[in-house]
Amino acid sequence: MTKIPVPGTLSRRGLLRGMAAGGGLIAGAGAFPRFVQAQSSAPYRLGFQVHRTGIGATYGRWYERTVNAALEVLNAGGGINGRPVELVFEDDATDPKRGAEVFEKLVTRHGCDLVFGALFSHVVVGTAPRAQELKVPYLVCSEGHHVASGALNRWTLQPGITDVKSQVQAMAPWVSANLGKKVTMIYPDYAFGYDHRDNFTAAMAAQGGEVIAALGIPPTETSFTRYLPRIPKETEVIYHVMVGPAVLTFVKELGEFYSGGDHPAIFGFIDSLEGVDVASPGLEFLEGTHFWEGQCRDLQEDATPVETFYREAVGVDAKGAAIEDPRNISTYSHMFSTWETLFALKTAMEAAQYGGREDGEALVEAFEAMSEMPYSNEHPQGDKIFNGRTHQAFGVQNISKIEDGRLVRVHTTTIEDGLYPDEVDYTTRPF
Amino acid sequence: MDLGPYLLLAALEGLTSAAVLALTAAGLSLVFGVMRVVNVAHGEFFMLGAVIAWFVTAHVGGPPWLGFLLALALSPLVVGAIAAAADRLVLKRLNYDPEATIVATIGLLYLLQQAALSFYGPDARPVPAPFDWRVRFPWFGYSGYKLFVIAAAGALLCGLWLLMARTRFGLVMRATQYDPRTAQAFGIDTDRVYAGVFALGAGLAAAAAVLIAPISQAHYLMGGDPLLLSFVVVIIGGLGSLRGTLAAALLIGVGEGMVSVFFSPTLAKILATLAVALVLVFRPEGLFGARAR
Repeated sequence: MTKIPVPGTLSRRGLLRGMAAGGGLIAGAGAFPRFVQAQSSAPYRLGFQVHRTGIGATYGRWYERTVNAALEVLNAGGGINGRPVELVFEDDATDPKRGAEVFEKLVTRHGCDLVFGALFSHVVVGTAPRAQELKVPYLVCSEGHHVASGALNRWTLQPGITDVKSQVQAMAPWVSANLGKKVTMIYPDYAFGYDHRDNFTAAMAAQGGEVIAALGIPPTETSFTRYLPRIPKETEVIYHVMVGPAVLTFVKELGEFYSGGDHPAIFGFIDSLEGVDVASPGLEFLEGTHFWEGQCRDLQEDATPVETFYREAVGVDAKGAAIEDPRNISTYSHMFSTWETLFALKTAMEAAQYGGREDGEALVEAFEAMSEMPYSNEHPQGDKIFNGRTHQAFGVQNISKIEDGRLVRVHTTTIEDGLYPDEVDYTTRPF
Repeated sequence: MDLGPYLLLAALEGLTSAAVLALTAAGLSLVFGVMRVVNVAHGEFFMLGAVIAWFVTAHVGGPPWLGFLLALALSPLVVGAIAAAADRLVLKRLNYDPEATIVATIGLLYLLQQAALSFYGPDARPVPAPFDWRVRFPWFGYSGYKLFVIAAAGALLCGLWLLMARTRFGLVMRATQYDPRTAQAFGIDTDRVYAGVFALGAGLAAAAAVLIAPISQAHYLMGGDPLLLSFVVVIIGGLGSLRGTLAAALLIGVGEGMVSVFFSPTLAKILATLAVALVLVFRPEGLFGARAR
């Protein structure tokens, strides 16, 4: 609750404080002319659910860094609706139960207008029902197909990153044409991994290929060698996507297993090496193998001004590491989603003329009316279209090859490669 | 893959996990055997061992084996010192009351875990292996370092047995375990024995963690699994029995390796838990434990 001073009760100290603030505003007007013209210049408070600890900590660290960089750019450009924007971060420990608690805390205690930022699908799935209960928009940066599959609710949207179903559908034609038809999949044994398994299996079948073995590995696993003998001999392509703190161990053990000789072609989602240097000791065998990348971690030769602007703003060097510490490798293929979500929010909040929490429904409707988000400083990963019915964004994807320890892009898909028929129409669902 | 090589791989994997498990569980078993303390913080001593190994290897220059050997020497010492301090400051003041010490060690678990989170951070960090050598079997490659882990854990366990059976400290420890009051009457400073045993138990967990860190990295949440598996091993083997601990570690480690390779790791965990339940029902003192006197 905000305290409104009753006339006549204003204390001397309050009066002085008000005068100082007013003076500050007038003085600051030269620097921020657009903020003052808005109806209210009180900042919007946006909640950010961050995986600061737990198994998603590497992603969380970079999500926080990226969204803070985006916030600086956003506020320097006049904020949203002429009002400055503040972010409030709360650590969800990459835990679904904590995720729901944190959502509530951000909304009720910190008075945030909405919440965004979660990546891990179990956290998203665990938190989304609370968004519906509290009737507060929840924007996820998670890749999971759970938004577009219709499993969540009208308050949950994913405007900043393409979902897994679209990604793997766009990868399958290239994999079957260039690497092989008989695929063994290795994936984490939970929702995110099933999105990969189910959708890639279907997409390969459509290309005349076949997934001949599917190895689900529990996400808490720390040792992987014992799974590897189950890779059938006739495998032409190993498709791997792993998450969590043990990813480096997984890739190393894959290398050890095949150190005796030839190995099948290897196609991985960069998730298996997000936050890890691809030139780490033990990963030499990855030379010449391919990776999906949401956004190219290594600066490519044909980098655009948008790419260099974004990279500089976040503070990432040409190898994809933090400029102040080359050992701190970013999660470059995912973290752009926080940046893009913040700018998508700007568009939607301005379209909805968002004033406060009571305009939540209008904000969701404004998102549902959005369609194109062209490649720009606001959307540095690439062109995107937003499907208002499924609450899901669709963008381009990259395939990179490791050459001399660098990820070099060899193919970029079109948005159309990743489109699929709608599975839900959230606009028909009640709020 | 054919059955033969498949079995070989399963056995190697099983032996590696059994070796590390035996070391960790021996520490837990020793502490219970002598002090009658159920140390719930045991997994966190394991985690601290790996984290300290990371600090040592990251800050010592020179070849990887040098940093690793230093870590193997320093990490159990540091963790042992922390454990001895915890014994003096907390457990002793509770008079080693069984219920109170369980609660106290749960508190210790959170303290150590959150301290690691604050000072070390939430990331998993790789610890370099002392050497990079791969065994090339005709059917698959295997990390030579894992074979070293099996040998090193075996050597450490032999050392532990010698310490228990052939040294004065071992004698004093066994005397205290058998009857603390009489031991005290014979002039044994049981407080020092308890502190020493608690430090030794934690040090064993730390040594196991240093061995496993180059395989599985160091992470602040890595203490959970070893704690659970150590309890499984200790319950099956019989609390306080070193021989039983070793046998149960081999049974669980190799059995889990086999079941994981041929069926699924989840099934292996289910079977291990089932074994614990069966042992508790039909032979509560464990396979090798002595019946209560």
